[in-house]
Amino acid sequence: MSASSRLALFCALVWLSLLVLIAGAVRPATAQDLGPVQALLQDNRQLIEESSRRSIGPAIDALGSSGLDRAPVFLEAWQARSVYQRDADGLFFIGSEADGTNLALDVDTGESVGEITRDGFTQLRPNGGIRSMIGAALVQFQLQDPDPDRRRGALQAIARDAEASHLTALRGSIESEEDPAIRAAKERLERVLTITFDPDETARINAIDGFSGDIGLDVRATLNPLVLTRSEVVPGGEPPATRNVARVLEPGSDSLTIDEAYDQLVAARLAPAMVSTEDIRAALIANISDGSVGEFAVADLDTDEARLAAYQALAAQGIVPSSPTEQEIADALATHTFFESYAERSSAVTDAANATLQSIEFNLIANRSLDFTLDAVSLASIYFLAAIGLAITFGVMGVINMAHGEFIMLGAYTGYVVQLFVPDYTLSIIIALPLAFAITFAAGVAMERLIIRWLYHRPLETLLATFGISIALQQLAKNIFGTQARPFTAPDWLDGAFVLNDVVAISYIRIAIFVLALIFLAIFLFVMNKTRLGLEVRAVTQNPRMAASMGINPDKINMLTFGFGSGIAGIAGIAIGLFGQVTTELGQQYIVQSFMTVVVGGVGNIFGTLAGATMIGGLQKGIEWLNPSNTLAAQTYMILFIILFIQFRPRGIIALRGRAADM
Amino acid sequence: MSTLLEVSGVSVSFDGFKAINNLSFNIGPAELRAIIGPNGAGKTTFMDIVTGKTRPDEGEVLWGEKNQSLLRLSESQIAQTGIGRKFQRPTVFEDQSVEDNLLLALKKNRSPFSVLVFKKAEADTAAIQALAEDIGLSDQLTRKAGELSHGQKQWLEIGMLLAQDPQLLLVDEPAAGMTLAEREHTTTILKDAAKSRAVVVVEHDMEFVRRLECKVTVLHEGAVLAEGSLDHVTKNQDVIDVYLGR
Amino acid sequence: MMERTFLARNPSVLIFIALLALFTLAVTVLSEGLGTGFVSTAMVKTLGMTLCFCLIAIAMDLVWGYCGILSLGHFAFFGLGGYMIGMWLMYARTEDIVIASLAGADLPPTEQEIVDAIGTQIFGVVGSSEFPWVWAFADSLLIQLVLVVAVPGLLALVFGWLAFRSRVTGVYLSILTQAMTLALALYLFQNDSGLRGNNGLSGLQNIPGMADTPQSVLSVWFLWASAVALGLGYMFAAWVVSGKFGSVIRGIRDDEARVRFLGYPVEAYKLFVFTITAVMAGIGGALYYPQAGIINPAEVAPIASIYLAVWVAIGGRGRLYGAVIGAAFVSLLSTWFTGGRVPDVDLGFYTIEWVSWWQVALGVSFVLVTLFAPRGIGGLFDLFINRRTPDRHGADLGPDTGSLREKEAET
Repeated sequence: MSASSRLALFCALVWLSLLVLIAGAVRPATAQDLGPVQALLQDNRQLIEESSRRSIGPAIDALGSSGLDRAPVFLEAWQARSVYQRDADGLFFIGSEADGTNLALDVDTGESVGEITRDGFTQLRPNGGIRSMIGAALVQFQLQDPDPDRRRGALQAIARDAEASHLTALRGSIESEEDPAIRAAKERLERVLTITFDPDETARINAIDGFSGDIGLDVRATLNPLVLTRSEVVPGGEPPATRNVARVLEPGSDSLTIDEAYDQLVAARLAPAMVSTEDIRAALIANISDGSVGEFAVADLDTDEARLAAYQALAAQGIVPSSPTEQEIADALATHTFFESYAERSSAVTDAANATLQSIEFNLIANRSLDFTLDAVSLASIYFLAAIGLAITFGVMGVINMAHGEFIMLGAYTGYVVQLFVPDYTLSIIIALPLAFAITFAAGVAMERLIIRWLYHRPLETLLATFGISIALQQLAKNIFGTQARPFTAPDWLDGAFVLNDVVAISYIRIAIFVLALIFLAIFLFVMNKTRLGLEVRAVTQNPRMAASMGINPDKINMLTFGFGSGIAGIAGIAIGLFGQVTTELGQQYIVQSFMTVVVGGVGNIFGTLAGATMIGGLQKGIEWLNPSNTLAAQTYMILFIILFIQFRPRGIIALRGRAADM
Repeated sequence: MSTLLEVSGVSVSFDGFKAINNLSFNIGPAELRAIIGPNGAGKTTFMDIVTGKTRPDEGEVLWGEKNQSLLRLSESQIAQTGIGRKFQRPTVFEDQSVEDNLLLALKKNRSPFSVLVFKKAEADTAAIQALAEDIGLSDQLTRKAGELSHGQKQWLEIGMLLAQDPQLLLVDEPAAGMTLAEREHTTTILKDAAKSRAVVVVEHDMEFVRRLECKVTVLHEGAVLAEGSLDHVTKNQDVIDVYLGR
Repeated sequence: MMERTFLARNPSVLIFIALLALFTLAVTVLSEGLGTGFVSTAMVKTLGMTLCFCLIAIAMDLVWGYCGILSLGHFAFFGLGGYMIGMWLMYARTEDIVIASLAGADLPPTEQEIVDAIGTQIFGVVGSSEFPWVWAFADSLLIQLVLVVAVPGLLALVFGWLAFRSRVTGVYLSILTQAMTLALALYLFQNDSGLRGNNGLSGLQNIPGMADTPQSVLSVWFLWASAVALGLGYMFAAWVVSGKFGSVIRGIRDDEARVRFLGYPVEAYKLFVFTITAVMAGIGGALYYPQAGIINPAEVAPIASIYLAVWVAIGGRGRLYGAVIGAAFVSLLSTWFTGGRVPDVDLGFYTIEWVSWWQVALGVSFVLVTLFAPRGIGGLFDLFINRRTPDRHGADLGPDTGSLREKEAET
């Protein structure tokens, strides 16, 4: 320590003791003139003026624990760098900018005492460290703020970025909390903070044990750092006793290869580095003279063996460091201990954390499975919705309609156009649903009358002709709506998600699609089994000539059935448009999957379609779960699986046998 | 008498409906047999089982000297072992000439590679000519099969069946839609064929069956109801009940 | 002797070969590289690529028009052929570049250094520098040429075996083949597929070791190569369909069950045709993509194979020259219309820009051809040679309902 700084320290100490003396002496007199906050500030004036992160603590604590109503106001102003000190008497004021003038407000009354002038006042400029200390002190006030929203905000702020000091403040605020929800949140947060910050080991372990099986994100975020390990290496046969050792590693085992172990030694500067091919290259280049390195011609150095030989020749001359031999490496590894240690010193805490994490892991898997099931169900409902129209046109009538995807697209664009005219989202959907049905119904009927009617019993040609329609419709949509995605927005009440816990959540829109799929299943079953139309449809598909002789007009029935199937595609388009984006490729994305759904499920049976959708949806999610980074691969594998599946059940999950199957 | 085909205890059901119910049936080499029965008696299903189109739920189908099971063979393998089938409606390859149709059926190696390098020899032309003679189509060889009359198609199909040179012929309603003269010709062809091989004829037309002068098997609800000469079975009370109703 | 009788029996083959040779010679004489320069190099490439399309169209006609399998996945084989040759082209050319750039280094490069540098060059775009296993033989032209044939053939063999064995037919098979090509496209779209994800393989027009040969000359060579491949493909296909084999596969198309009851192993025939056409498609792709210069997964998207069916249907399936005419006519017309050189049609209230309306017109005309001219453009030839179709009296002809789709028996 230099002489001058020693002198400064001495002066400061003198000043401090003087100040304390003066303060003690004059307080009775000044207390009447100054408000309680100002008085407190004047008591700590020296510390505040100094504004050093090391020493400011007592001043902030004094304010924080004063219990004064105006203390938090001052702290907030201080944190916001709007506290000024009057040079004349050293009093503190809160600056308040209004109408271009900066007024000085009394720290106790909040009344203006005049304008802050540039030469008469000094602004306090707390640095980042001090401001966060002020923030921590403020938390206790916010935790007890009368406004529940501010209390919740404070809890969230603490949870985001907790500090040891919060724990005390939090504990202090629980007693007086009256809102049960906030109280529960506070108690939970208190337990979480206890794990990290409580100095008492038993309290921490109790807190950890208390969270057994709890899948909350906050708990996992708190416990996981506790059991974080890092690899270390020390000379000798034992890890140092000061370390909380997770496990000792044996070089050459699965968890630590020889190379990794030696690299660790090198990194810890406990062994000489291996010479890499890069090093050899660099060393050789550095030692080129007259077109050769030592006795080796440069032109010959085009293999690793030749380069190594040349390098070893250099090393033998002592020009370059030699690479450690295998024996040296083995010796180095044998004389050192490799282990993983916890950053947390207490082994009792890490043991408890590991045990709790294990119990959490079990619950987590259960909950993730539930979440996965919900995901799969919702994907299955989308596939089912997309495929149900096909189940009618392809499954019941045997007509293959490759433009089915474009009918879905048509429905989605209907939704988009309706929203252009009807800004109310709820109302627009109510209008769009029947409108989409009507439009695609009409499109389906038109297509049946103009094209498909002439191609019954020529499925391959139907396929090709409807492909033509598909190509044309897609390009038409591109010409009209452009290639970029169009918005079709769900109403507010469909926004958000149903949250069960931190792991399981399902968005309302997925629930709506699921419900819609169920409704369609019910409608389909009702129409096919309970109505005259359904009876006639079944009659016509089973034996058109016989049906015709019974007075049923097969032309009309075919037309209506095809229209019905197409109309359902339109409504599916609304649902899919709400779920994703409306593009001209929207239909294409679903067409192959939809056909797969119908084929895998078993043609001609709606429950087959349901089973197919469930299987394909579940499968796709399952593959995504195993390989979450790659949804493209998931689709690839799913299609491969379906190709294989058809090997074993060529007629689908729910198969018809006998003559009916020969259709 | 040795048996060529032995069907024993075969049952098959479609969606709960028993099309064939514990059916047993034998036929020897060089025998002509007629199968009759009302609609839905299982006549076509029986043929489907023998030719491998339908797999029975239970039972056994044994073939030839070595009692080979047919249930494990595919349709084409069964056809290659020597079972030929003629369908109810004439199914010839309409887009191809009569000659091509017969050439397709002619007994030769059926594997893709040998067919790919196949070249028609003199003997083949002669064999086709002889067959065409038999079925009365010798002056129609270059015509497309689709242009033939209904009866001519039936004969062409029988001709294709003979070209396969099978040991067992299954013939489904050969006389349907034929004129009287055509029927007589058909009868002659079938009776000739039965001299050297087994022939099973499924037929509705009693007059035609009578003309065949052979043993008759009556099927009803997927099982054998009666067996014997036509006169014998038509006197059987069960058969009368089935045909005339109760 | 055999060849002469075959050609004598099929005069159309001779006519086709003569026309093809005439066309190729004419383009050569008019080309920039070897002739007068009347036909631009880009046009020569377009024509060469069209010949490759004709080759795959013949394959499609063989499998669909003759054997009755509507495959919606043959462009997968086309693309695979392109990828196989593309791997060698890209590797060898990058190797040339790398060796040239490392020539000035202080030390002569080791083989490993060269390979690493090539890897960094090729896979840098997908954030990798390691060679995936599929590139194991990329340095060998011979092996990659074998793979051009082997990979599509093997895929077709395995897929066809699975599909035909389980008796998947008709539209089911079509959808399954479509799923196959979709699966392949999705797989190739991944960055870690080993084939550069959606970047695909590029720079394929530069033939390694021929840096000094200008594109104008190379394009004519490729035109010749494509023409030779097309001519051989046409002769092979004509030979296959003209004999008893052709008789069998047309029988399978018209009535599969009947052929089976004649004792033919139908599945083996289908598999044979499916595989051999996949190989033809692979060869077509291997010639196409060096002319196109780039291949990416979009090339094997399902829509490409659908267009293939469109070409063959418009040209007239069940006749080989129909497939060639359809592929050439529609693909050249598409190039012309989408190239933006066709004048817009001003209707007063709306201007039809062909770039965006061509697809609509194509789709609609496809529907019209299917409905009103199922025999396609090739059907026009029937007017001259008075080819007759049998009258079927409109009856259903199969052993069981629907097994023979009457109209589809027509050629």
